[in-house]
Amino acid sequence: MATQEVILHPASVVAELKKNDISHVVWLPDSETNFMYQLLTNEPTLDLVPVCREGETMAIAAGLWVGGKRPIVLIQNTGIFEAGDSIRGLGLDVNQPLVMLVGYRGWSRHGLTRDSAARFIEHILHAWGISYYLIETDDDADRISLAIEEADKTQKPVAVLVGTEFGS
Amino acid sequence: MIDNTDAVKLLDSKRNDAVFVATMNANNVNFGLPTVTSNEKLDFPVSGAMSKASNVALGLALAQPNRKVLCLDGDGSLLMNLGAMVTLTSKAPKNLVHILFNNKVYAVTGGQPIPGSEEVDWEGMAKSAGYAKVFSFDNLEDMTNGIDEALSAEGPVFVHLLVKPEIENTPVQFRTPAKRTVHTAIADMPETLGIKR
Repeated sequence: MATQEVILHPASVVAELKKNDISHVVWLPDSETNFMYQLLTNEPTLDLVPVCREGETMAIAAGLWVGGKRPIVLIQNTGIFEAGDSIRGLGLDVNQPLVMLVGYRGWSRHGLTRDSAARFIEHILHAWGISYYLIETDDDADRISLAIEEADKTQKPVAVLVGTEFGS
Repeated sequence: MIDNTDAVKLLDSKRNDAVFVATMNANNVNFGLPTVTSNEKLDFPVSGAMSKASNVALGLALAQPNRKVLCLDGDGSLLMNLGAMVTLTSKAPKNLVHILFNNKVYAVTGGQPIPGSEEVDWEGMAKSAGYAKVFSFDNLEDMTNGIDEALSAEGPVFVHLLVKPEIENTPVQFRTPAKRTVHTAIADMPETLGIKR
C-alpha cells in the first residue's frame, strides 16, 4: 500500500500566493514555516515584511490593504494568542479580508496533543467566528486559494492552519 | 512643552497631500487633529488597537511609496509596541515620518504616569532603532523653525515632541464621538488615494 507523503513544500504555498496576486507576506518566523524563508526572500513578486511581534502583522496588513496591496500574514498559533487585540480591532472590526497562514504548533492526527498552543487554537478561532482551513500536504495547498476567496467574499479574516512542518 | 493643538496645527499646515495616521491625544476630538485638519479625507485615525498606529502607517507607506505618510503617535502607545520601531526601520520607508507626542502620561485614562516617563530617552531609542534622521522639539518656536527640515528629510524620520498633557477622565462611552473613525477612513481612503478595487 502506498503511503501518502505528508509534506508541504514551500513552493506549493508560494505558488498559491502568486496565483492570487498576493503582494506582501507580513510574518514572524516559526518552526512550522521555517523553510519558507529562503523561497520567500528569493521571490521577486512577494515583499517580505518581518515583524518583531505578531500583533504588528494585522496592523501592517491593514495599512497595506488600505493602500491598495494584497498582503497575507504568516505566523504561528502562539502568535494568534498574542495578537488578539489586533485581530479584533484591525481585522474583525474593520472587515479586513486578511488571510492568516498560521503554523499549527502541536498539531497531531494521532491522539491528544499536550501542547496547549494546539489545544486552544481552534477554540479561539471559533470564539472569534473566524473560519479556517487545515493544510498538511501539497495536495491541500489549494485551500489557500479557497481561504483567499472566502476572505474576499466575506470581507473578514480567514485562517489557514499549517499542520506540518514544511519540507525542503 | 508644546501645546497639543499647536503641534497638530503646525503639522497640518505643512501636510500637502500627506496621509496622517493619528492616534491617542494627537487625534483627540477636542484638541487633536480633528479640530484643525485641512483634509480629513487623508486622515486615518487608528483607534481599533492601541499601539498599532505606526504599524498601520508602515503598511500604508510601503503601499504608497510616492506619498508622504505621517504617523502621529503617543508615548504610552509606542511603549506598548516598542518593537514596531525596529520593524519600521527594517523596511526603511523613505516616505514615512514617525512623530511621537510625548506627554508622559496616560492622558485618556486620567493622567496616570507612564512607566519610565522621566528616564526614557526617545531620541536615543530612535537613533538606536535605526531611523535615518531623528529630531526633537520641546517648544513651539523650535518646532516651527525645524519642522520643515524634519518633514523633508529622507525617511524613516523620527520626531520627538514634548507636549503638554491634556487629561481626560471621562469613561469612553460618555466622550464626544469622533466624526471620522478608522471605519470611515478604511471605507473612503482607497478612493481618495486613487486606488481601484
